[in-house]
Amino acid sequence: MAEATITRPDRRTPPASGRTTSAFGTPRAHRRYRITLAVLIVLAVGFGFGLLAWDNPMPVGSDGFWRIARMRATSVLVMAIVAICQATATVSFQTATNNRIITPSIMGFESLYVAIQTAAIYFLGVSGLVALTGLPQFVMQVAVMVGLSLLLYGWLLSGRYANLQVMLLVGIIIGGGLGSVSTFMQRLLTPSDFDILTARLFGSVSNADPDYFPVAIPLCVAAAVALWLRARRLNVLTLGRDATNNLGLDHRSEIMKVLFGVSLLMATSTALVGPMTFLGFLVATLAYQISGSADHRHIFPVAILTCFVVLSGAYFIMRNVFYAQGVVSIIIELVGGSVFLVVLLRKGRL
Amino acid sequence: MTTTPTAPRRPPTRGLLDPRLLIGVGVVGALLVVSLLTGEYDVVGASDGGEMFAITRVPRTIALVLAGAAMSMCGLVMQLLTQNRFVEPTTTGTTEWAGLGLLGVMVVFPGAGIAARMGGAVLAAFIGTMVFFAFLRRVSLKSSLIVPIVGIMFGAVVGSVSTFVALQTDMLQNLGIWFAGSFTSVLRGQYEALWIVAAIVVVVFIVADRFTVAGLGEEIATNVGLNYDRVILLGTGLIAIATGVVTVVVGNLPFLGLIVPNVVSMFRGDDLRSNLPWVCLLGIAIVTLCDLIGRTIIAPFEVPVSLILGVVGAVVFIALLLRQRRHG
Amino acid sequence: MITLRDVRKSYEDEVTIGPVDLQIPTGGITALVGPNGAGKSTLLTMIGRLLGMDDGAIEIAGYDVASTASKDLARIVSILRQENHFITRLTVRQLVGFGRFPYSKGRLTQHCEDTISKAIDFLELTELEHRYLDQLSGGQRQRAYVAMVLCQETDHVLLDEPLNNLDMKHSVQMMRHLKRAATELDRTIIVVLHDINFAGRYADHICAVKDGRVVEFGTPATIMTDEVLTRVFDTEVQVIDGPNGALAVYY
Repeated sequence: MAEATITRPDRRTPPASGRTTSAFGTPRAHRRYRITLAVLIVLAVGFGFGLLAWDNPMPVGSDGFWRIARMRATSVLVMAIVAICQATATVSFQTATNNRIITPSIMGFESLYVAIQTAAIYFLGVSGLVALTGLPQFVMQVAVMVGLSLLLYGWLLSGRYANLQVMLLVGIIIGGGLGSVSTFMQRLLTPSDFDILTARLFGSVSNADPDYFPVAIPLCVAAAVALWLRARRLNVLTLGRDATNNLGLDHRSEIMKVLFGVSLLMATSTALVGPMTFLGFLVATLAYQISGSADHRHIFPVAILTCFVVLSGAYFIMRNVFYAQGVVSIIIELVGGSVFLVVLLRKGRL
Repeated sequence: MTTTPTAPRRPPTRGLLDPRLLIGVGVVGALLVVSLLTGEYDVVGASDGGEMFAITRVPRTIALVLAGAAMSMCGLVMQLLTQNRFVEPTTTGTTEWAGLGLLGVMVVFPGAGIAARMGGAVLAAFIGTMVFFAFLRRVSLKSSLIVPIVGIMFGAVVGSVSTFVALQTDMLQNLGIWFAGSFTSVLRGQYEALWIVAAIVVVVFIVADRFTVAGLGEEIATNVGLNYDRVILLGTGLIAIATGVVTVVVGNLPFLGLIVPNVVSMFRGDDLRSNLPWVCLLGIAIVTLCDLIGRTIIAPFEVPVSLILGVVGAVVFIALLLRQRRHG
Repeated sequence: MITLRDVRKSYEDEVTIGPVDLQIPTGGITALVGPNGAGKSTLLTMIGRLLGMDDGAIEIAGYDVASTASKDLARIVSILRQENHFITRLTVRQLVGFGRFPYSKGRLTQHCEDTISKAIDFLELTELEHRYLDQLSGGQRQRAYVAMVLCQETDHVLLDEPLNNLDMKHSVQMMRHLKRAATELDRTIIVVLHDINFAGRYADHICAVKDGRVVEFGTPATIMTDEVLTRVFDTEVQVIDGPNGALAVYY
């Protein structure tokens, strides 16, 4: 190939100072990234404002307008929280596990959530679900999810036989076992109880209660910021275990820290709005496609904005065009699932 | 292969005609007799006891034998073809595809008979398994644990499609009932289709060696004169038929195909031929045992066998994973 | 100087390493040779602290590998394994830039950029520096990996079979680069080699490993003999005089 034409570098090299390492392959890619980011911001603001203002019966700027907008603002805020949680968690999780075709939501967070919801209505009836709403209950759900995932990491990621893949699979299987139990309880419910439960089993922005914000927002922001601050370390983690250790980072402890952050984010998002299995996968895959950079400092903002645009755009369109707000999360799931299938079939290596 | 889930464990112990096999047959036979005699209805004392026995107990026990043997053989075939110990219908999405096919037929033709429902389930299971095998053919690291992880995600995607369809057609709760494997509703006149899977068990006995060769890869298989595509198609077909039929008649039997072949090779090494009868026997034994537990634990009600199998299977699966972790 | 004292490791029942006592002198290229499964790579990965040992101690330039912080070791020793697959698509320059992580923690300074450029130039990748790794030939990619560990500016560089999958031309090229790195950049290079003749030609010291133990250590002149090689490799080896020194013939 080109090798034959290479001349001795010591004579022909341009002055070293003019050469820099960019996260982008070419200047054009860098320009494209900026444009992508700008477009995403415009879309995010557009959909966000659209959700607040579109179809608002009051004239823009009047008191009534703001009152209605304030009510809708809650759901926009929820979308922002979910976007930060899902996007940051999935990107970090894929890096920590060195695998771009998996998503943290299969690790049992959602099965646990479903099991808790189902058990509540099974044992306590409809009042059980009511008993599950409230800030302390929210905190408790998050704590249970994070606590159990920490137990799992501590068990399978430490010691001589630590193995990340075994940990993942064990997490998934525990989730599956919980799923069997939930399914069993669900079939014993009366149809009316089951209908009430169904609303909780699908991720929906309207599941979120503004009362949770004082806990959900700080948790989400803290975990996301912590992961962002580790962006450069995450970049190293993409090189794999040996290269990471060679560069002086302790691979195991880095992974543990990242996974802790991931479980905080996933637990917050799941306890807030319910299961969103393939949303994170969808936006992480899109983010890698459109950002043209593998640097986490560039991937994170694109992924979060994409996530917000996908969520708010889907809600906006489903509400104002198809009048079918209820199925938004399922539509997103189906799209995300299809993207997963496409990626799966195009992938040559695991 | 460094993560060798396929590495031989122990040298083969004995040939096909092993006196211990007779003991195994005896134990399974005893379990089946217990199964015949377990139930709320007094089949011995009541006047129509004999008839009830023929209508419910006998079909149920036959179904246990057929479904247990078929699903564990199915798992074995998948593991041979993929050379990955942790692959089986539940970890590759095959079960979910069968469920989607069944649901599709129920939605389009609400009054469809059992043949149409099975046709839909088998067809969908076949497509799904082919898709997953197509993916595996492109992948270099077949022995990796990532294969079942990706397979479970694949199943989750298909499952979410089923959920969507069921939600739109108000069948969500029914969906759970159909998919939960249970032998409660196995009665005379409704289970006979299950006999199809008996043929599958026989075919697997005949062609199992070819699956092993095909599992070594297209090049090696072609080199020894095997038509690779045909063997893969045959294998997928067998898996799809077994999974589809069992899903429609009984429901989902999670992890059975995974734990049975693994436990057998743990005790007996990896000699395929002499392991086949043991795989059948153990499959039958586990299903029967789980069904007996399900029938007695909260009698007079029943816990579906899929719940017990799901929990027990998960525990055994995790134990197998931990064991493999130690053996590198 | 790298010192191994009574190093032992046992795993997977059948493989055991040690006890190994060894002193690898500073400077030049030291080649680890031996039959398959002798434990060369295991030994190298233990020196590079990617694998723990059961017993014994390894010191690199006076630093104990087990007790020195990994981030400090990353400035003393660098190691490149055989298999390198990354999930991200990286350009040559981005990859080499990772070598600066122990110093910059990801924030490249002007000095870093200069070092990166030097490493890239040193391995004659100047014109390829903005190419993606998957666009390169096997030989070019291997040079990029080596450039990354050279960019780490450690006195000790450990390479696990860097000639694996390289053809004759690229193997020779790689060995020349390593020789230059040892002489011009004053690096101590320890390399696992499969071909004894490459070791004989380019290495300053050869360490023969067999059944998990070091059986011979010396200059090429002392190792490249019929008797030693036949014993180490368990196969009839004849050493003849070639145009560029001793040549082992084993077929």
